[in-house]
Amino acid sequence: MKDLGLIADILGWAFIVSGSVFMLIGAIGALRFPDFWTRLHAVSVTDTGGVLLLTAGMVMQSPDWLIAVKLVFIGVFLFITGPTASHAVANAALVSGLMPKGEVMPGTTGKEAKAMGATSEEKSF
Amino acid sequence: MVRTLLGALGLAALWLLMSGLWDKPLILIFGVISIILTMWIAKRMDDADGEHLDITLKPIGTLKYILWLLVEIAKSNIAVSKLILSGQEPEKQKLFMVPVSCKSEIGQVMFANSITLTPGTITVETENDQFIVHALDFSDDDMDALADMDARVSAVETKGVA
Repeated sequence: MKDLGLIADILGWAFIVSGSVFMLIGAIGALRFPDFWTRLHAVSVTDTGGVLLLTAGMVMQSPDWLIAVKLVFIGVFLFITGPTASHAVANAALVSGLMPKGEVMPGTTGKEAKAMGATSEEKSF
Repeated sequence: MVRTLLGALGLAALWLLMSGLWDKPLILIFGVISIILTMWIAKRMDDADGEHLDITLKPIGTLKYILWLLVEIAKSNIAVSKLILSGQEPEKQKLFMVPVSCKSEIGQVMFANSITLTPGTITVETENDQFIVHALDFSDDDMDALADMDARVSAVETKGVA
């Protein structure tokens, strides 16, 4: 049992350190990349790799299993809400007409999407 | 009725896990009262609009899909991290359409969220049969990878062709 605890401790620290590295990389990317769209991708590194590794590491470091369960719940909620929030931000940018600097396929501009009646405001849930 | 019972059981399990208390009778009674209150409100709301979310997914297939998705997330995390640390400007970003074959609402949500979860691609707009996706570092393989993901999501739907 003592060995098992040691393995969990080492693994937990490995996860926490690598998660922190991804967090840092995401922050560097958010500062370094040139425009809104590319920065969004840099931030999604912190959103997935960083958050998942950190929560996994904290689960292994947690003193009892009730705290581990709570951390798993937090991880699951972030896993679902993170991409939803990113999508909302990206969608708002597209609809308000902010275009990426790169190649844009025809039919995907904000105005055309609006004309197709596909803007987020017009959707009813 | 089954729905109500399952809901109450789920809430009870959640309450016990969140609080971790099971040997204090007074607190337990408060917990039971809160669950009954919640179920009563849910019943009233159901009478008002009757909206249900049907989960039309295969449970084991979905678990396998999530494991596969975690591996994909790890791969693309490393790819995007390399691009960030390489010091180059991202020149190959692109906004493009992706055809969607999954039919159910929850399948489409799962596919769109999976695209956004993998760093390097973001779902910007969803329509019924196609998504607008923005890619950080677009290559022709991306279309195949997205079609593969779409096929995997379609495979775990119980109502493949609704």
